[in-house]
Amino acid sequence: MEYFVQQLINGLTLGSIYGLIAIGYTMVYGIIGMINFAHGDVFMIGSFIALAMFLVLTTVLGFTFLPVVLLIVLIIAMLFTSAWGWTVERLAYRPLRGSFRLAPLITAIGMSIVLQNFVQITQGARVKPLPPQIRGGVTLMEGSTEAGTIVVQMSYMQMIIIVTTIVLMAGFTLLISRTPLGRAQRACEQDRKMAALLGINVDRTISLTFVMGAALAAVAGLMFLLLYGVIDFYIGFLAGVKAFTAAVLGGIGSLPGAMLGGLLIGLIEVFWSGYFSVEYKDVAAFSILAIVLIFLPSGLLGQPEVEKV
Amino acid sequence: MAGNTNAPTSDITPVGAQAEAEARRLSTAPGGQRDPNSFAESVKDALAAAFLAGVLGFFFIGIRTDIAPGGLDLKMRWGAWIVSILIVFAGRLLLNLFVYKTHRPVTRRMKVKAPGSGDAADQVAKWLKRALLAFALILPFFFTIFFPNKDRQFIDLAILIMTYIMLGWGLNIVVGLAGLLDLGYVAFYAVGAYSFALLAQYFGFGFWLALPLAGILAASWGLILGFPVLRLRGDYLAIVTLAFGEIIRVVLLNWYEFTNGPDGISGIPKPTFFGLELKRGEGGFADFFGIAYDPIQRFIFLYYIILVLALITNFVTLRLRRLPIGRAWEALREDEIACRSLGINTRNTKLTAFAIGAMFGGFAGSFFATRQGFISPESFTFLESAIILAIVVLGGLGSQIGVVIAAVVMIGGIELLRNLGFLQQVFGGGFDPVQYRMLIFGLAMVLIMVWKPRGLVSTREPSAVLKEKKRIGADLVAQGEGH
Repeated sequence: MEYFVQQLINGLTLGSIYGLIAIGYTMVYGIIGMINFAHGDVFMIGSFIALAMFLVLTTVLGFTFLPVVLLIVLIIAMLFTSAWGWTVERLAYRPLRGSFRLAPLITAIGMSIVLQNFVQITQGARVKPLPPQIRGGVTLMEGSTEAGTIVVQMSYMQMIIIVTTIVLMAGFTLLISRTPLGRAQRACEQDRKMAALLGINVDRTISLTFVMGAALAAVAGLMFLLLYGVIDFYIGFLAGVKAFTAAVLGGIGSLPGAMLGGLLIGLIEVFWSGYFSVEYKDVAAFSILAIVLIFLPSGLLGQPEVEKV
Repeated sequence: MAGNTNAPTSDITPVGAQAEAEARRLSTAPGGQRDPNSFAESVKDALAAAFLAGVLGFFFIGIRTDIAPGGLDLKMRWGAWIVSILIVFAGRLLLNLFVYKTHRPVTRRMKVKAPGSGDAADQVAKWLKRALLAFALILPFFFTIFFPNKDRQFIDLAILIMTYIMLGWGLNIVVGLAGLLDLGYVAFYAVGAYSFALLAQYFGFGFWLALPLAGILAASWGLILGFPVLRLRGDYLAIVTLAFGEIIRVVLLNWYEFTNGPDGISGIPKPTFFGLELKRGEGGFADFFGIAYDPIQRFIFLYYIILVLALITNFVTLRLRRLPIGRAWEALREDEIACRSLGINTRNTKLTAFAIGAMFGGFAGSFFATRQGFISPESFTFLESAIILAIVVLGGLGSQIGVVIAAVVMIGGIELLRNLGFLQQVFGGGFDPVQYRMLIFGLAMVLIMVWKPRGLVSTREPSAVLKEKKRIGADLVAQGEGH
């Protein structure tokens, strides 16, 4: 029981990170109907920016008060990663709007390769370890088994991740449902041509969608860095595929779906490695993707796609 | 949520607006109106690009994190950062002045020439194909005669390039002809390689016996995978194939008892020449024919095997394109809904393309195993799929000769980079051109797609023609052309 609760907490934490990345996939898919294959690498870019900024603040500028440092790192990482997200869209996707179906997907793969190798060349291929910054936690339960006592602990780091995710999700939902920008996005999602006729700057709205997705990916990147303490140029690939799985599981195009899917994927991965085998945890995630797509293509909260001629 | 229309947003400007805008642009801008093509505008735009480059590069080119004793260390590289900004500024300015913001772009001539038009181009392509084929046939002897010291290296490279050509042709059936984006092609390559290696290890099969089996096994995997997922939309299919490629690799890596895991399988037998082994001494190939033994003979033999395999791939593809099934593939690529309306069984059509592509991947995998003599899951990463896809995309989806050119340029070009010593003198001792390989591949994929979405050799001719050849295609129709 205690083991189960502990895994549940770990799964929710991991799921929050996947959910934040999944939002980027689902929003872009909703608005232009393409899979932004490079989004996982934007997440990786975000975590590298966070790492560099953290080191600049602590070692070069000598800041020591951790909450302020982390806040500045978060803001800077979001800003700079947004610039990356915008640039990717501008260079690789916008010129291909209206081209044949596979074209933007191929440039997305190209962009993903470019980002990975750019980071590998400029930052080196070796992993970057960062010692844990936020230590300690709260003991929730204690129990004893024949193997000894098990302590169910929720670390402060996990709390910060879950709380930040909830706050961001709330803010984001407000942004989509209440602001003019959110309205423009929903309009573009429904019918791009009609939105343009009604005076919405479609290109700008799409750009902003990428910017928002990238900013959330940057938050996920910082959390990943703090939670695992190790990053390299290749983390975006696996995290990207899993987050995409989350988006599909939740119903691609649906924001609450992305978050729900993220949490489910996080839980499945953690329980799978906790109860079955660690080696095959990625296989579990990939198999879920295939199974969901085959049996439930519109996901849990998505709407079935209507094909128009 | 999913009511996305894939139509371009730019085609909704009223008919007269474009002409009007053109007239306004060409008029001499009275009343202090700004001319978007002025030099000042070009500089302004280039400055914006340079600023963006500075922002993007700040944390990557300007700063480098390195592992140092006692944690991570920062290294500042402001010189490189400033140089990168200047390069972007200069590049953008030149592009603005000569291409984007000028009345007479230097690239306008390239646009006028429609691909595949004119008999002269067809003639050139025909002779190029023949010349390339002739050169491929005599290649090993060419190298042994003219480069006796480096022949082994060159023939080995030719084998490598030929393997990629074969993989490219195999993937071209799936991506280029049927229009299904397969990101996990390396999985079938792996299935082929491991089928042969395991058959050889457990049952002592030889190469020639295992080759068809490997192809059949890979094709069956293609069917098993394809059957449930092929009714999905194209981009979902891409992700599922990617996931499948990774699953195969992870299973190969972790199923230690069967596949030997990360240690791989070694001692895979070499192919024989009608039962004759290419070895030194009694009973070998050289002994039987009464010629002197030379290690190069084995390389030449391997080269001819892959050449024949690749040519079979090409021949089968070309013949299939003439059959109803091949025409159905191409029709499917252009417009799936129209296909369904015309009564084509889209799932079976896709499935055959998928399985045939997978089969050739399996053949190539078996050859890879026998050439290396050792395989491990390391050789079958997503990177490999990406390289093969890059070759197909850059060569022009659906173009057979394009794949050849792309494979030669990319795989051969990388080898060339490896041997360019002067680059190290220019960029300093630590400069390794090979690590820029994938960066160049990726950039080339993006640029080619943006500049020429049909690839460098973009003939994409319809196989079936009524009276005369026309440029057709669903997207061309959408753009108001090709009716």
